[in-house]
Amino acid sequence: MPTLANYLIASGLLFAVGLGGVMLRRSIIVIFMSLEMMLSAANLALVAFSRYGLVSGHQNYDAQVLVFFIITVAAAEVAVGLAIIVSLYRARQTTHVEDLDLLKF
Amino acid sequence: MTLPTIAWITLYIPLVAAGLILLVTRTNKPLAAGLAILSALVTCVGGWILFAKGAEGIFHGFNWIDFGETFSIPFDLALDPLSRTMLVVVTTIAPIVFIYSLGYMKDEEGYWRYFAGLALFLFSMLGIVLANNLVMMFIFWELVGVSSYILIGHYFRKDSAADAAKQAFLVNRIGDFGFMLGILLFWISTGSFSFSAVNDSAGVFVQHPTLLAIACVLIFCGTVGKSSQFPLHVWLPNSMEGPTPVSSLLHAATMVAAGVYLLARIFPILSASPEACEVVAVIGAITALGAGILATQQDDIKGILAYSTISQLGYMVAGAGLAVSAALPMFHLFTHAFFKCLLFLTAGSVILGMHHEQNIWQMGGLKNKMPVTFLTYCCGMLALSGCYFFSGHYSKDLIMACSWEHHRVVFWLLVVAAGLTPFYMTRQALVVFFGKPRSEHAKNAHESPAVMTIPLVLLAIPAVCAGYPFVEHFFFHEIGTLAEPNVPHWVEIAFGAAFFIGIGAAALIYRNVGEKDPIRIPCFENRFYIDDFYFWIVRCIQGGFANICYFIDRWFIDGILVRGSATVVWTVGFALRFLQVGNLQAYAFFFGAGVVGLIYLLLNAK
Amino acid sequence: MLLLAAFWLFATLMVAFGLCVILLRNPVSCAMSLVLSFLCLAALFVTLDATFIAIIQVLVYAGAVMVLFLFIIMLLDLRTEESRRLNMSATLGGLLVVASFISILTQITLANPSFAKELPALAGPAVNDVKEIGMTLFHSYSLPFEAVGVLLLSATVGVVVLSRKSLR
Repeated sequence: MPTLANYLIASGLLFAVGLGGVMLRRSIIVIFMSLEMMLSAANLALVAFSRYGLVSGHQNYDAQVLVFFIITVAAAEVAVGLAIIVSLYRARQTTHVEDLDLLKF
Repeated sequence: MTLPTIAWITLYIPLVAAGLILLVTRTNKPLAAGLAILSALVTCVGGWILFAKGAEGIFHGFNWIDFGETFSIPFDLALDPLSRTMLVVVTTIAPIVFIYSLGYMKDEEGYWRYFAGLALFLFSMLGIVLANNLVMMFIFWELVGVSSYILIGHYFRKDSAADAAKQAFLVNRIGDFGFMLGILLFWISTGSFSFSAVNDSAGVFVQHPTLLAIACVLIFCGTVGKSSQFPLHVWLPNSMEGPTPVSSLLHAATMVAAGVYLLARIFPILSASPEACEVVAVIGAITALGAGILATQQDDIKGILAYSTISQLGYMVAGAGLAVSAALPMFHLFTHAFFKCLLFLTAGSVILGMHHEQNIWQMGGLKNKMPVTFLTYCCGMLALSGCYFFSGHYSKDLIMACSWEHHRVVFWLLVVAAGLTPFYMTRQALVVFFGKPRSEHAKNAHESPAVMTIPLVLLAIPAVCAGYPFVEHFFFHEIGTLAEPNVPHWVEIAFGAAFFIGIGAAALIYRNVGEKDPIRIPCFENRFYIDDFYFWIVRCIQGGFANICYFIDRWFIDGILVRGSATVVWTVGFALRFLQVGNLQAYAFFFGAGVVGLIYLLLNAK
Repeated sequence: MLLLAAFWLFATLMVAFGLCVILLRNPVSCAMSLVLSFLCLAALFVTLDATFIAIIQVLVYAGAVMVLFLFIIMLLDLRTEESRRLNMSATLGGLLVVASFISILTQITLANPSFAKELPALAGPAVNDVKEIGMTLFHSYSLPFEAVGVLLLSATVGVVVLSRKSLR
């Protein structure tokens, strides 16, 4: 039977992979996808806690409601973020993150 | 009307007059003069009544500061023989000078300012005379300094007058610093400020004679400043920038005598300290001689009289230092007040007749043109020189005789000064009044109006008589002994010889003198260079201090504190700017590293 | 037993596909790997008896979000990104951060004994978790629910504004 630690380590590894993607990839689309991966990892951890921390014999539905909200917010965030990337591409004609350095001092 | 009421009225009336003049009489000249003269006459009447009735005792006023037994400063009036006599001197001379000012200041600007200043001065001087404790006297001492400042600086548009007023006040202040320290020392030792307590405190100091000497010398510092002794004498010659009646009232008769009055007031405790008396006597003698020497080379008619005043004050101070009795210096103060005031008023008459020309080498042959002035001048001059049957002779010779008994060095210094006094006075008389007129003004000089000559005559009478034995007895028998000590016969002859030698030498040199002084000694003319020395010191100290302040201000405050802090902020900002790389992934790296670090710290914080 | 095998299978696949996302060059391949990763994640949710969340994950994340990603990739016509010179220090830094994160994570998780307990049994028969989530949502969290609605509205408006061609 998998223990809670198993699920948490799985979630953590997924989060770490997403973090590595954010820091190491150069294409902004891929960075954004890694961001989504990090959010999902958090969702996994939450659902695991919901199942393992029983409240009067049932799962702790508060955690699942929070996952619900996270998914919603992630969807909205993706929409807006991709719109920004599109206008960025229109302005700069590049998705390479090192070319976007106008805020350099 | 009781005696205390009369005393309080006498004290306060001039202050009321000064206030009224200030508020009411800006444009009304006669009213200003009238108020001042009226107040002076009231004080004269009050003073004589107090003297005649032999008012005695402490008249209680109000408690200015009262913290119980140990620290209380009441404003009380002390009436005893000493203050009664001094009261007579001040209140008799003041109205005479006030009336004289009517004529002298007739066409001057700032009429109301002058009379208000004079009234304020009269109030302050009476405060000094009647004060019962050291702090009250100190307050009025400073007030007298303020009045002097106002009056010396009457012609304030002239730079020299403004500077002279400042110098007078500041030099006095130096002396007053010592005075205050002396007051505090006495308070620490005796717990009280009043004169009676201080004078009875010899027992407290039996174990600490040095402390007593120091305290007395510190109080003497006040005298050194106010009575213009060496080394703080530099202000009095410059104070001649003020109008002549001011010079006569303040800087001849009364204000500068306040220092001597102080010495007489604390005479019991002063005489208990031989070291302090030594210091006092020697400084007085040095001043007497030094000022006498300097007077022989002055070209300003008031300058000669100023140095003569310093010299005679030296006599008085030396007399106090001989520790014979309080009456000894007071007697000379008494006679000196009358004849010196008279001399200054005659000088004022001459100046007015010469259309405000003060250089004696522009004058000459005035004796026929200004006879009354000349005759009264002669009275004053002979009194000052110590001629027999004039008042100055009695008091001066008494001091010199006492110094023969008590202190030989002082004696010889005073004798030489006694020879110089007739010398420079005869020089002045010959150059100013005899010979041929040396300028247009001298040719056209005329006698002054009656409002000025009557005061001259009024003052000439005590200039002659004030030294006579019955007068002396009348005023001084309660203050102390004025017995003539036994001196060898040749000493008495020496006194007479000094007088005749002085007159003879001056007559020989200056009899038919021409346009300029045959003797010129630059050292004496430049006042022994003491003034220059003081200027140099002030410049050094002030310059040095200013340089230090500049250095601190420029390098420390501006450089380190202001610009330094700004530079630090700028540098930190500059350094932090390098974090703005504009690289998204760098930001992500910082973020991630920060989070990881935070988690690590939170876990391992225990 | 079945549960454990399922867990290991789907967890390994999930992490593997995640690694593919960050290692592949072609953005479309990355997107597809991410979809597969999400599907494995949904399977893990099922093993945790959170069936509603699993379905929502597939529907919203894999179905809507990733489709949107693919739309944008196609719209921008992104090719394989050219490989530029590798910034060694930045790469090492990133790897360092990731490694330290993983180490801390495992350290915490394995050190805590309360995480080591087995799957607790549910009290009664399987409940309708849609209903339960609905009840919890609308009883206790109705305000956040409304707030999320407003958030979605503002996101929609923002996207429309941002996508305009130019300011007329």
